Amino acid sequence: MPVDVRLPTVLRQYAGGQSTVKANGTTVREVLDDLVLQFPQLQGQVVTEEGALHKFVNVYVDDDDIRYLDKLDTLLSGAETISILPAVAGG
Amino acid sequence: MLRLTAAAYADMVAHCYDALPLEACGLLAGPAGSSHALACYRCGNVAASSRVYTVDPLHHLRADRDAEAHGHEVIGVFHSHTHTEPYPSPTDVAQAPDPDWHYVIVSFRDEVPMTRSYRIVEGQITEEPVVVDAR
Repeated sequence: MPVDVRLPTVLRQYAGGQSTVKANGTTVREVLDDLVLQFPQLQGQVVTEEGALHKFVNVYVDDDDIRYLDKLDTLLSGAETISILPAVAGG
Repeated sequence: MLRLTAAAYADMVAHCYDALPLEACGLLAGPAGSSHALACYRCGNVAASSRVYTVDPLHHLRADRDAEAHGHEVIGVFHSHTHTEPYPSPTDVAQAPDPDWHYVIVSFRDEVPMTRSYRIVEGQITEEPVVVDAR
């Protein structure tokens, strides 16, 4: 079952301007891989070439930051909403 | 130009006062693609510092959802400078996440807080006027 993935404004240009898209996968990594298959311009925007989550990106499964779950290997049941947001910081 | 409602502006500056002596931060939301901030979302500064800030990611998520529920989106971020001029630091520029956002700084260098807003596109900083709507 596909899950909803909410995209931050800065990435919507790579997904036809949509704010929420559907993607398939049983883990967060699979969902993000499916997202790149659908929208190739998202390649490298969320996950690095080495396969790790970008430092300045936060990914949530519902209300939980995946860094405090099983990171990209976090399992999904299909009922969740995934949110991708930029980390906002400065001095 | 960045426009803020009087309520959003007052809430932003009040949050910056409340956080002293630490830096405050928060998000501004309005109609998609607009330069009109209708709402201020106070966010925690998880860096808990007088020199740097990191928007509490969970507060960001909640603000983003609430803005969307109102048909809006996050259009900018604000933070305070507790002692220095209201100009983006190299860290602000390096970490600016979205070229469409407005980057607002509230400075307490002087007695009266100074509010300035900038666009940051590919490392280039451009100041823009800030207008507060009449009540």
